[in-house]
Amino acid sequence: MIEIRNLSKTFSSENGETEVLKNISLTVRDGEIYGIIGASGAGKSTLVRCLNMLERPTAGAVFIDGEDVGALRGAALRLARKKAAMIFQDFNLLMQRTCLKNVCLPLELSGVGRAEAKKRAAELLDRVGLADKADAYPARLSGGQRQRVAIARALACDPKILLCDEPTSALDPQTAKAILKLIRDINRSTGITVVMITHQMSAAEEICDRVAILDGGAVAEEGSVDEVFSRPRSAAAKKLVFPELSESGGESGTKGSLIRAVFHGASATDSPLIATLAMEKHIAVSILSASVRNIGDKVYGNMLLSVPDRESAEETLRYLRSVPDVSAEEVTDNV
Amino acid sequence: MFNLLAPGNLFSAEAWADAWEIVLSEFPAAIWDTLWVTFLSTLFAFVIGLPLGILLACGDRDGIIPLPRWLKALLGFLINILRSVPFTILMIVVLPLSRAIVGTTVGTTASVVPLVVAAFPFVARVVESSVREVNPNLVEAAESMGATPFQIVVKVLIPESVPSLISNVALTLTNVLGYTAMSGAIGGDGLGRIAYNYGYIRYQSPVLLLSVLLLILLVQVIQSLGSFLSARFDRRLKRPVGGRRKKRAAAGE
Repeated sequence: MIEIRNLSKTFSSENGETEVLKNISLTVRDGEIYGIIGASGAGKSTLVRCLNMLERPTAGAVFIDGEDVGALRGAALRLARKKAAMIFQDFNLLMQRTCLKNVCLPLELSGVGRAEAKKRAAELLDRVGLADKADAYPARLSGGQRQRVAIARALACDPKILLCDEPTSALDPQTAKAILKLIRDINRSTGITVVMITHQMSAAEEICDRVAILDGGAVAEEGSVDEVFSRPRSAAAKKLVFPELSESGGESGTKGSLIRAVFHGASATDSPLIATLAMEKHIAVSILSASVRNIGDKVYGNMLLSVPDRESAEETLRYLRSVPDVSAEEVTDNV
Repeated sequence: MFNLLAPGNLFSAEAWADAWEIVLSEFPAAIWDTLWVTFLSTLFAFVIGLPLGILLACGDRDGIIPLPRWLKALLGFLINILRSVPFTILMIVVLPLSRAIVGTTVGTTASVVPLVVAAFPFVARVVESSVREVNPNLVEAAESMGATPFQIVVKVLIPESVPSLISNVALTLTNVLGYTAMSGAIGGDGLGRIAYNYGYIRYQSPVLLLSVLLLILLVQVIQSLGSFLSARFDRRLKRPVGGRRKKRAAAGE
């Protein structure tokens, strides 16, 4: 378990002091995938570096399995770092080492014998699907392959925690998906706790169990992915979850009531929602914006609907709520 | 006064015949002496300069081996002083040091001492810049794996700067080679001494010319070899240089 308690970090420079993290308290449970989401400059990278003391917090503490990491120095700190491996946006592989030797690195650092390290590294490369690239240098790999090697390297010393600093931000969407799936698979099969920093909602939505939204160095919102993604409460979360909605701007002269319908895997074929509303309930619903995805025959995502008056709003809400796996709420602004 | 183009020097068949005899009798040993002194001095210069350069590169306050400010300033100051003394003067100044270390101030072995003293500060500076070129994110990654500062130096900083270090070895070799010619004036053996003794003292211009040509050739060879090896060991290149292409074809890639 990782407990972050009242953590603050201030950078001082000639231009004065910048408070990057403000009094952050979070708890990451064993075996879960925890997402820390925020726009760039929200302090995410600093926060994850405070977990293994690559950055020392100005105030507050980090406890990993009850141990105050900030109090550790020297060999004890290095040992703690070995239990919390890290992967990076830019992979950070040693370019002068082959993939196999890159995976061997943490083992060498821990004093594991050469032959044993190579054997373990080969197994790990196989695990991430790159057994055939063992003797290739990273320069000749694609971004996705490099991140796989980095993941194999991170797993070399059987860490209990995997810290991911924007692991998919340098990758194209398809490759990113594959890397996220790999992280999820590893999490499922080994029970490793994953803390993932990202600015991509899609990445968090894909694999996280719980997320925290970071805004301006403070936690704006925390909760399960379902909760945060279907009913974001804070402005920062709403902006991240419904970027296209906040961009559409203002009330833009809409009269009547606004309703947000959220689909958590509702069946797409059973009920033509909007058509039903129009034809059976005689409510002229207009779709202001929608962000939905079909996975199989299930629908995920949300829609912002506009209905002419309060009465029809009530009825629409009642109807939407009666549909399985759909929730709906009236919203007062456009996000 | 010495004049390279004086009649009876460069344009006399007799002078060239004499020169050819000197080439045959003295050049083989001179080339050997020159190369031996150059390589030995460069080796010692790296033995001293490599750790110093690493300390300079890693000794910043937020570096992996933070040094006290005064110590780092002192190191930089001493290196700058040694770097600014011209070699012809430096080799006289360190004569007592040569006597203390090798017991004599003349001969090939004795000339190694001033050469090392002249070259190690240069090596420290070029190593410093090589090490600073290494992507700092790699150092952070190694730290996140729980590497000690020593492990970071040995497993990350040095291996990752190998291509640049090889270039700098070649650079140092050519510099030292130039210095060996000067050390010929105070009794160091080698091509420099032949050029000085026969060419300058005895007005045998052809010998001087041939010595110089040979030195130029040596510099060219060292520099080309350095550039080739540097590229050969640069794994950051997508298309490997030399040697490996055949192996790749064999591996069916």
